[in-house]
Amino acid sequence: MKYTATIGLEVHAQILTKSKMFSGCNAAYASAPANSCIDEVSIGLPGTLPVVNQEAIRKAALLGLALNCEIPEYCEFSRKSYTYPDLPKAWQITMYDKPICINGELEITLGNGETKRVGITRAHLEEDTGMLQHGDETHSLVDYNRSGVPLLEIVSEPDMTTPEEARLYAIKLRQILVFLGVNSGNLEEGALRVDANVSIRPEGQKELGTKVEIKNMNSFRNLERALVYELERQEKIAREGGTIVQETRGWDDAAGITLSQRSKEHAHDYRYFPEPDLPPLELSREWVAERRAELPELPDAKFARYISEFGLSKQDAALLSGERETADYFETIVATAGASNAKPVANWITGELFRLIKDGEETLAEVAKRVTPANLTSLIEVVAKGEIGSTVAKQVFEEMYRSGEAPTEIINAKGLRQISDSSVLSQAARDAIAANPKVVADYKSGKLPAIKFLVGQVMRATKGQANPQVVEEALKTELDALN
Amino acid sequence: MALHELTIAEARAQLDRGEITSVQLTEALLERISALEPTLHSYLTQTPELALQQAQAADERIKAGNASSLTGIPLGIKDVIVTKDVRTTCGSKVLENWVPPYDATVVSKLNEAGTVTLGKLNMDEFAMGSSNENSAFGGTRNPWDTERVPGGSSGGSAAAVAAGQAFGTLGTDTGGSIRQPAALCGIVGLKPTYGRVSRYGLVAFASSLDQCGPFARTVEDVALLLETIAGHDPKDSTSANLPVPDYRASLTGDIRGLKVGVPSEYFVEGMEPGVEKAVRTAIEQIKDLGAEIVEVSLPHTKYALPVYYIIAPAECSTNLARFDGVRYGVRLEGKGLFDEIESTRGQLFGAEVRRRIMLGTYALSSGYYDAYYRRAQQVRTLIRRDFQEVWSKVDLLAAPTSPTVAFKIGEKTDDPVAMYLSDVCTLPINLAGVPGLVVPCGFSDNLPTGLQLIGKPFDEATLLRVGHAYEQNNTWYKQHPSL
Repeated sequence: MKYTATIGLEVHAQILTKSKMFSGCNAAYASAPANSCIDEVSIGLPGTLPVVNQEAIRKAALLGLALNCEIPEYCEFSRKSYTYPDLPKAWQITMYDKPICINGELEITLGNGETKRVGITRAHLEEDTGMLQHGDETHSLVDYNRSGVPLLEIVSEPDMTTPEEARLYAIKLRQILVFLGVNSGNLEEGALRVDANVSIRPEGQKELGTKVEIKNMNSFRNLERALVYELERQEKIAREGGTIVQETRGWDDAAGITLSQRSKEHAHDYRYFPEPDLPPLELSREWVAERRAELPELPDAKFARYISEFGLSKQDAALLSGERETADYFETIVATAGASNAKPVANWITGELFRLIKDGEETLAEVAKRVTPANLTSLIEVVAKGEIGSTVAKQVFEEMYRSGEAPTEIINAKGLRQISDSSVLSQAARDAIAANPKVVADYKSGKLPAIKFLVGQVMRATKGQANPQVVEEALKTELDALN
Repeated sequence: MALHELTIAEARAQLDRGEITSVQLTEALLERISALEPTLHSYLTQTPELALQQAQAADERIKAGNASSLTGIPLGIKDVIVTKDVRTTCGSKVLENWVPPYDATVVSKLNEAGTVTLGKLNMDEFAMGSSNENSAFGGTRNPWDTERVPGGSSGGSAAAVAAGQAFGTLGTDTGGSIRQPAALCGIVGLKPTYGRVSRYGLVAFASSLDQCGPFARTVEDVALLLETIAGHDPKDSTSANLPVPDYRASLTGDIRGLKVGVPSEYFVEGMEPGVEKAVRTAIEQIKDLGAEIVEVSLPHTKYALPVYYIIAPAECSTNLARFDGVRYGVRLEGKGLFDEIESTRGQLFGAEVRRRIMLGTYALSSGYYDAYYRRAQQVRTLIRRDFQEVWSKVDLLAAPTSPTVAFKIGEKTDDPVAMYLSDVCTLPINLAGVPGLVVPCGFSDNLPTGLQLIGKPFDEATLLRVGHAYEQNNTWYKQHPSL
C-alpha cells in the first residue's frame, strides 16, 4: 500500500527587538553571562506586570502582511499555564484564540521548478522561556536571559506532502523573516526553531492519520532528515498493522532517529484564559495600512523584476534578491549606473565583489563605503568605452575594493589605460611574429586559431594594456603581408 | 489631644507651622505601635529605623520649604504591597523570608512625597479572607472590641488607623478588602476605580479586580492619600492615562442637587437591623443636606457572589502558581523538583488559599472553561451594565458596606460561605470596576458601621464630596476606641 504524508510546520522566531516582549529589559542575551539580561518582570517576581513591546507588534504585523495574512482589528494575549522552572510566572503570555495574523500563504518553488502554495494558519506573539542546564542528579541550573524575549510562532496549514517541501518552506520563511529584519535567522543559536507535525494515511483516504509532533531539529537539513526518518517509521508501523501513537518526539541528530518525549495522555491542560494584565490590542485599519506601506518589495518580487526589467540571469537575480542588504546595494548602484548597466553591475557584484568579500572579513555595508555607486558606475563606463580591458578592469576593481579610490585615478596612477595606438601595436605584432616562426608557419598552413597564441604574446608584452581586438587586427595585417 | 489622634491634615498644619517635627510624630506612633501590638497585632513587620531616617529627612525637607502634602506623615503599608529591602510576606508562610529588590509604584510615590514608613501591615494570606484570620502569622484584632475581627483582608491596615498606630495606611481591595474592614473598624476607606491607581508591585490575587487604596480617619485625609498614589503608570497596562484631579478641591460641603441612588438589592436578607438602621439614617441625613434620594435597582446583584468566586479564584490559581520556592521565598525539601514544589505549596499555603487555587484551577480546566469562566465573564458584563444604566439616573449610589458589624474571632472560620457573604455588598463594585468609599455612619451594639458610597468610573471626587459633607455633619470621626 502507498501512503500520503501530511506535514505542517510550527516555526518559532525570536523577534529582533532591543527590549523584551513585556518589559524594558535588554533582549540581546546571545553572548551575555547567565542571568545578566534579567529584570524583575522577566524573572516573574511577585507584583510585576507586563507591558507590550510595540516594536514586536509592528514586526509581527510586517511578517503577517508579507505572508498575505489578515491582521484582525483586535488581538488578545492569554495565559498559558504550566509549571516548569524555565517559566518563572508559571504561565506563558501568548496569543490563543485571537492571534495577530491569520489566513496567510507562502509560495515555494520545488526542485522541478513548479511552485506550490502553503497556507499559513496563524502567527502569534508570545514570550520565550528561560533555559535549563541539567547538572548531576541533585540539581539543574536555570538561566533567565532568554525569558521574555519576543517570540513569533508561525503555524502553517498541513499542506506539505514531502520532507523536501517542508525544508523549502522553512528556508523560504527564514528568508522573509531575515529580509524584513524580524529575525536573525540563526537556527543554531535557537533564534529560529522549527517543529513539524506529521502524519500518514493510505493513498486516496481523505481522513488524516494520527499526528506526531517532532521537535529539536536545529538545521534545515535535519528537518528534512527527521521527516524522512519519521515517515519511514510511521509507514513501517502502518504496514505491520500497528497503531501510530499521538505524541511528541525529539530528533536525535547523532543517532539519526526520532525518540518519544511525551504522549497525549501526558499532555498539559494549559487552562488558557485572557491575560487580565493586558487589555486587548486594537489594531486600527490606519495602522495596518501604515505597516503595509512600510513593507519592502520582497525577494520573490525582486527576483521576477530583476529578470524582466534588467534582463538578469535567474542565477544572478536569485543571488541579488535573497538578502535585503545585497538587494538594496544592487538597486542603489543601478540607480546611479542606469538600468541599461544593470547587467554589468550584477556581474561585478556576484563575481568579483562576492569573491573578495568571501575572502575577507568585512560585511557588505563596510565594503559599500569604498565600492560606491559612483566608483562602480565609473568603472563600468571606462570598460564600455574600451579604455581598459576586462583583465585590467578586474585589477582596477580589486584596487578600488581595497582603497576606495576612484577607478580613473587608479588607471591614471598606474598607467593602465588600454593601448589602441596601431603603430605601437604593429611593432609589437612584428616582434611576436619574428619570435615565433613555428606558430606563424602553422597559421600560414591554415591553422587560423594559432593567431590566439600570438595575441597572447602581444598582450603579455604590453602588460595587458593592449586592446585584444586591435592586436588581432594588427597581427592579421602583418601576417597577411608575409609571403 | 494625643499626637496619635491627629488627622493627617491637622498633623500637616502643625508640621508646616513648626509646632511639631516628623521625628516627634514618628516616635509617638512607634510608641503607640509598641504599646498596642501585643493586643492588636496590626503589623507583620515594623521598620522603626527606616521610619526615623525618613522622618529626619522629612523634617529637613519641611525646613527647606518644599514639603508635599504628605511629607513627614507616618504611614503603614499592607504587606501585599512590594517594598524594596523590606520583607514582604503577603501574610503567607511561603514568602516569610522574601525581601523584594524593588518598590511598588505606590510605594515609590509615597517615598517621593516624603512619607514615613512605619511597617508592613497584617492581612489575610494573599488578601484572601474577610476577617484577617487567614493570616499565617496570626490575625489582627478589632480595636473596638479585641474579641472581634477587624475585617479583611486589609484588617491590619484598618485596625492600625483606628487604633492610632498610623495616620493613614494603604490597603488593597479585590472584593471588599478595603471597604469591609474600614466599616468594621469605623474609619474611612476608599477602593478607587480599577485603573486609577497603579497595580505595579501589588502581589496579585485577582488581576482584573485588585485595586490599591487608602485608609484614614477622615475623608480629607483619604483624599490627600489618593492624590499622592493615583495616576497613570507606564508599568501597568491597565492603569488609566487620565489626569488626577485636586480631590481636596471637591470637599466643598455642598452636595445640593446631587442624585443619590439607593439600590434595594444591597439591603440583603439577614442584614443586622442595627446596621440597616445606621445606613438608612445616614441616607436620610444626606437627603437633608440637599441631595435627592432615588430608589434604584441593580438587578444582577444576586449573581455577583458566584461570579466573583469563579473569576477571582481562576485568576488567583495562575497568579499564585509562581510560588514554588525555587527562586525566592521558602522552599521545603522533597525528592526531586516536582515533589519539592508540591510539598512547598501543599504545606506552606493556608487552607483558604489552597481552596481558591483548586476552585480556580477547576474553573479554567479544559472542558469546564465555557461552563464556568466564560459564563462568569458574561454575567460580569451584565453586572457592569447594571451600573452603566443606573448612571443615567443618578450621580452616585449609597448602600451598606457589610451586612453585619465586626463578628467574633472564630465565629465564621468553619463556614467559608458565611464568610464570603460578609462581602456581598462590596463584591459587585469590584466586578464593575467602579470606585467605592466607606465612611463611618455610627454604631450598632457599640460597634462601628460604614456607609458605602459607590461612584461612576473615575469619579472619586463626587464620592469624596458627599462622604466629606456627611462626615462633617456628624462626629463619628472624632470617636476613638478606648484601648
